[in-house]
Amino acid sequence: MADTKSKVKETKAKVTDQKPRIGVFVCHCGTNIAGVVDVKAIIEYAKTVPNVVHAEDYQYVCSTPGQKKITDAIKEKNLTGTVVAACSPRLHEPTFRRATKEGGLNPFRFEMANIREQGTWVHMHDPAGATEKAKDAIRIAVAKASLLEDLTPKSVAVEHAAMVVGAGIAGMQAALDLANAGIKTYLVEKLPSIGGRMSQLDKTFPTLDCSQCILTPKMVDVGRAENIELLTYHEVDAVEGFIGNFDVTLRKKANGVLSMAEAEAKGISGGGCNGCGDCEPVCPVIKPNPFEMGMKPRKAIYIYHPQVVPLLYTIDFDSCIKCGLCVTACGEKKAIDLEMKDELRKVKVGTVVLALGYDMFPVENKREWGYKQFDNVVNSLELERLICASGPTAGHLIRPSDGQTPKRVAFVLCAGSRDNTGIGKPYCSRFCCMYSLKHAHQIIEKIPGVIPYIFYMDIRSFGKMYEEFYYRIQDEGAKFIRGRVANILEDPVTKNLHVYAEDTMLNRPIDLEVDMVVLAAAVQPAADTDRTRKLFGVSCSQDGWLLEAHPKLNPCGTTTAGVFVAGVCQGPKDIPDTVAQAEGAASAASIPIHIGKVELEPYFAQCIEEKCAGCGMCVNLCPYSALSLVDKEGGGKVMQVTEAKCKGCGTCGGFCPGGAIWMQHFATPQVIAQIDAFLLGGAK
Amino acid sequence: MAGPDGWKPKILGIVCNWCSYAGADLAGSARAQYPPDIRIVRLMCTGRLDPLFIMKAFMDGADGVLVSGCHFGDCHYLEGNYKSAKRMFLLKSVLKDLGFDDKRLRMTFVSASEGAKWAKVVGDVVKTINDLGPSPIKALSK
Ligand code: FES
Repeated sequence: MADTKSKVKETKAKVTDQKPRIGVFVCHCGTNIAGVVDVKAIIEYAKTVPNVVHAEDYQYVCSTPGQKKITDAIKEKNLTGTVVAACSPRLHEPTFRRATKEGGLNPFRFEMANIREQGTWVHMHDPAGATEKAKDAIRIAVAKASLLEDLTPKSVAVEHAAMVVGAGIAGMQAALDLANAGIKTYLVEKLPSIGGRMSQLDKTFPTLDCSQCILTPKMVDVGRAENIELLTYHEVDAVEGFIGNFDVTLRKKANGVLSMAEAEAKGISGGGCNGCGDCEPVCPVIKPNPFEMGMKPRKAIYIYHPQVVPLLYTIDFDSCIKCGLCVTACGEKKAIDLEMKDELRKVKVGTVVLALGYDMFPVENKREWGYKQFDNVVNSLELERLICASGPTAGHLIRPSDGQTPKRVAFVLCAGSRDNTGIGKPYCSRFCCMYSLKHAHQIIEKIPGVIPYIFYMDIRSFGKMYEEFYYRIQDEGAKFIRGRVANILEDPVTKNLHVYAEDTMLNRPIDLEVDMVVLAAAVQPAADTDRTRKLFGVSCSQDGWLLEAHPKLNPCGTTTAGVFVAGVCQGPKDIPDTVAQAEGAASAASIPIHIGKVELEPYFAQCIEEKCAGCGMCVNLCPYSALSLVDKEGGGKVMQVTEAKCKGCGTCGGFCPGGAIWMQHFATPQVIAQIDAFLLGGAK
Repeated sequence: MAGPDGWKPKILGIVCNWCSYAGADLAGSARAQYPPDIRIVRLMCTGRLDPLFIMKAFMDGADGVLVSGCHFGDCHYLEGNYKSAKRMFLLKSVLKDLGFDDKRLRMTFVSASEGAKWAKVVGDVVKTINDLGPSPIKALSK
């Protein structure tokens, strides 16, 4: 405690005793800044701001010569702090902190004035207004820089383990890479099997490899990898801590079945589920099978699909009637426990990869296309199952109403994508054009004489060998009709469908009778994406996809240090892009683990003991339990901060009625100085 | 946006680092245009916001204060914005009791992906303050 006390006093003394000498550096950023504001006038103004002893401008302050200007000025003018007026601190604060450090100052003696993102770029047509705003921004930054203290980032050890949430192709790839890099990896999956959406697909474009054939070996690798602990049928329940030390609470959902290892642990030697399947036929409960898109029945005790990893039956307790027939059928293996309850477990990891996947947009919301109203309108994932050899029809495409083979199939692209009506999604779902081409190819291959009609807005075949694939499908006889489908109606007798659209190439309305319609429905974030991302403090974009730290320069990172994203949960993408991003995320997630320590920004709360009345209000406010009340020498209580737990939000500092909390780098005098500098025009 | 007698509103924006500051940056990269009558002070979280900061701004002559953070449930520190919103609510009622128009203080929630919304919010706030005219506190000190 004594330590903290003297530290705060010392800091404050340092801040107040020294006469501040601030250097201001104004960046032109080519014409991004200098093209709008009057840089010369800004420099002249900066020179008049209290405490400024040096002001200069440069083309690109972030360049090597630009940074050298900072280091030189610090030495020559004996600066106590630096201010760069340029882009956003979210872009270049680290750069200029480094330059400040190279000049011999503590890096936290740097403050940035954002005159580009929040200046010239948003006031392009008001140069005078933008110039005034830039001057004020500099004055505000100088006021803060004048009061900044020396801080030391806190270095914390990184747990030598990682977690991947979601075990579709993205999560599996990330987990394999992490495991192969020698890192213990927990792979968490909410479903009973790994594999994700890709395991539901029949073929993949443009190579036409069988999806299962390329996926299954990977699933087996994941199941066998020594460094991967596979946690299927698990969910993330709570997350504490930060980069280096995330404490994740996992919920093992009750699946009613003991694995062989679990049975062993319970002393049932040689017992546990070996996947024999004796239980399944005796189960009297029949439900639709979600893996088969509801087109096949499933029992209350089931395996998720034939190639499941791990091979383990699961009981769906929402539909199980606990008749006990399966227990009898299982017999000596004693694998079934109908009273099983959810279990919670905590694991500690250094970094996390989120690979949460996607769901299909409920395309029935677009009522005009008749999905869920007419039997022969299906969505594309249903078609995948209908043409897949392991699917409900053993790969024979039949139409749901009468089991007949369709001869005319209409594909409606952008079904709910690129839709600004407010019902669908404004974005392009990115892989529907390509899989619809693939579907056209597959039905041509399977059904002699079939005609696929593809209703499209434009075909987005942007990947490697994709355009070539598009030509191939044209040659194979698919008919392409450019136009959005307005309406689909069913002939009540034949159950055939009438597709009404406008052919915008020929400029005429069409009424096309077909046997079956496939809607290439949009994709949307998987059901519990929102809940999971909030647990990890990750932001999302307007459409609910996880927000990357930077769309171009940091596409796998997030706003939470140590948490990375991979796959469609970050935005629609096809399998090659998903796997590439997963490898990127795994590599990024492995870096802090291999370095073994990370530096945390030292924005900790400190207690100013002589002001603390020991009321303890802050203790309850802290979301991280970082604060506690301890006995003060000479009686009474005083608040104490556990730095390792403090994340620096400042909620305690915003509330303390006695002003007894010093929020490092955002201390009350520093913030008040900014407010005063703005409103009182720099007067002290 | 200058008034008839050349008066321009002085508006302080206090925003959190993770959502609204990032949203304001995004407005920049998207080149969304809005009036320049706002100056930004960045805090890590709106939870850090001591109501005294706002009182100080009004005493210093601010015509308006905009507080902007993450959406509920999205705060980088879990619940700082809830706590802040409660304080803003109280502060607004205190301001009202003092005979001060509480429309001069506004709290909004703008996420890191809502650049267009940020531009709109600032536009709205500037308009509100322009309609209200100069803060009465300034006149008192004259
Ligand atoms: S971090 Fe944005 S409100 Fe807390």
